[in-house]
Amino acid sequence: MTNDVIDHATAASQFIADEPRTDWHDAALWWVREKRDRAASELPEWEALRELASGVKEHTLTHLADYLERFETEATRHDIVVHWARDADEHNRTVHAILAAAGATRLVKSKSMLTEECHLNPYLIARGISVIDTDLGERIVQLRGEAPSHIVLPAIHLRKEDVGDTFHEHLGTPAGLTDPDALTAVAREHLRGHFLSADAALTGANFLIAETGGVVVCTNEGNADLGMALAPVHIVSVGIEKVIPAVEHLPVFLQLLARSATGQPLTVYTSHMHGPRDGQRMHVVLVDNGRSAQLGRPDFWRSLKCIRCGACMNTCPIYRRSGGHSYGSTVPGPIGSVLTPGLDLEKYAALPFASTLCGSCTAVCPVKIDLDAQLYRWRQLITDSDVAVRGRAHSMGVAGAVLGRPWLFHAIGSIARLALRLMPRRLARATAGVWSRSRELPPPPAQSFHAWYRASRRELS
Amino acid sequence: MRSVALFVPCYVDQFYPRAAIAALQVLERLHIEVVVPASAACCGQPLANAGYERRGTRALDTFIDTFASYDRIVVLSGSCAMHVRTHAGEHNADGAVVASRTTEFCAFLHDEVGLPAVATLSSTCDMRIGLHIGCHGLRGLGLARASELQVPGFNKVRALLQTVRGVTFADLQRPDECCGFGGTFSVTEPAISAKMGRDRLRDYAADAAQAIVSTDMSCLMHLDGLARRDGVSLPMMHVAEVLNGGIAA
Repeated sequence: MTNDVIDHATAASQFIADEPRTDWHDAALWWVREKRDRAASELPEWEALRELASGVKEHTLTHLADYLERFETEATRHDIVVHWARDADEHNRTVHAILAAAGATRLVKSKSMLTEECHLNPYLIARGISVIDTDLGERIVQLRGEAPSHIVLPAIHLRKEDVGDTFHEHLGTPAGLTDPDALTAVAREHLRGHFLSADAALTGANFLIAETGGVVVCTNEGNADLGMALAPVHIVSVGIEKVIPAVEHLPVFLQLLARSATGQPLTVYTSHMHGPRDGQRMHVVLVDNGRSAQLGRPDFWRSLKCIRCGACMNTCPIYRRSGGHSYGSTVPGPIGSVLTPGLDLEKYAALPFASTLCGSCTAVCPVKIDLDAQLYRWRQLITDSDVAVRGRAHSMGVAGAVLGRPWLFHAIGSIARLALRLMPRRLARATAGVWSRSRELPPPPAQSFHAWYRASRRELS
Repeated sequence: MRSVALFVPCYVDQFYPRAAIAALQVLERLHIEVVVPASAACCGQPLANAGYERRGTRALDTFIDTFASYDRIVVLSGSCAMHVRTHAGEHNADGAVVASRTTEFCAFLHDEVGLPAVATLSSTCDMRIGLHIGCHGLRGLGLARASELQVPGFNKVRALLQTVRGVTFADLQRPDECCGFGGTFSVTEPAISAKMGRDRLRDYAADAAQAIVSTDMSCLMHLDGLARRDGVSLPMMHVAEVLNGGIAA
């Protein structure tokens, strides 16, 4: 993890510098968005489901402690060992302690963005544990030493040629092999060995059911199921916001989740666990890591309704054209830009500005998080704090070409005067210069509307 | 006789008086008495969306004071209308009243004047137009069904333009993709902003749009600036200009 301040605008301009690749990335994600539209349109009750899901989540979040304790009670009854982790470090220590107690050194993971958030892999690897990510996309980025660029489609920034090169380097496939089926078969073979030799499996969870103490995992590749079915120890790492009150609420979310994420009616596997199988030990680590703080923020607590479908990323015109890595955050895109500043405002101050506030994210969100309104609120807080200038220094520090153009000042007229009076001076000066890099300025009309109005109405009267 | 106060946002006043003149004339031709108060220049929206809401407070206060005495406030921008409707109420009691009385030009014509009356303008425009509804008007004010929502389709702006003889519409691959203007976003994220705008222009060109018609001149300022930089001459105008019957390329 870098401690550098994230500069989204620069990262985005670097991504866009390869325009054909940007167009391909944009089109790939738009294709998913269109699939989502078709899947959503199949349910006449779609908008009612969104409302219902939002209501269930808001109720749960406003009674979170009660539901978490209920979950703990019920899960414990099913021989699941429940752990509580205040932050990433406590989570990592807890997972390591579980592995150490079991003498486990070979861990297979099924995609868990929470463990990315906690940077679990480097923590365990430094302690002699082998960690293999087993989702295909996640394994690809792990081999490349990269972070996922999307929470559902972790390798969406890569083309099949990139995957071919990566497998050639790490898995010994023939150079130039880019056939997706062939590459997948190689990955399957490669991962099979790791599954068979693993002595622990770690998965995330999509839902915890307070009433039953159950854990629900939604996946497409079967790797989570294979991992937890074979390994003698199963660890579930899960954020505390993933709890829902009762099993009757689950269908509401299951109908929304996969349709929103990938346009599928359901994920291929929806696995329900109510305790370890015979001879296995099962642990659930409930992780806070900033969630309670976010829950305490009146403007932002609703962001915890998120079910991590990624639809806001697929629809976001900025995300599609800047790539997930440009956000420098485990969760990128609109929801990441709302969640992550709460973890480190100074580092992530640029993210709420990486948006036109077009509102597509809010309209696509299956749990109706008012993402654009929350981005707006973060902007107010950020510019009012010390981090503002540093976070946006790059964009505001551009020299003002406007000073060299008296005609422009004249044309801008009262706008310039108003802007200069109200805006921070550097921002106002920089504005016209940056505008003109890729765009012409509007040709100045003979007179303003108000001047015309005064003159024409005087003639009339 | 119905009467309204018309708010002409600062950038329309300075750069696009033709749009404001057209809006004024359309309203007056529909027998609506229009007052244009001189004292309001800006609602504070550009500053607020840039994170400087508190610096725009005076602008919004002035807006509220200026318009508090009018029953209906018609704004020639979806973005400004949404800002006033969303945030004026946070200021004071007058602000809440002003917010509830504020509407956007196309919404006013569609919802309150009605399509049959608008059709009496009898305008003609033999053009294949590319429609661009600003995102705030689209999703914030509900001028049309946003493509994300699973509700019956409607499009108030298109319905208004369909009263104009000769108009046809370019079909877009992505009917409501943002143009990338975004206020100060256009200069704080210049690379993406320009890329979004060029992609939007490409979508219009793909179905041979001969003009782009919008609810928001700010979007058009961005798209027009990009098109002209690339040497493309494409008329861009406000809906009011088409309804008023004349298109000056």
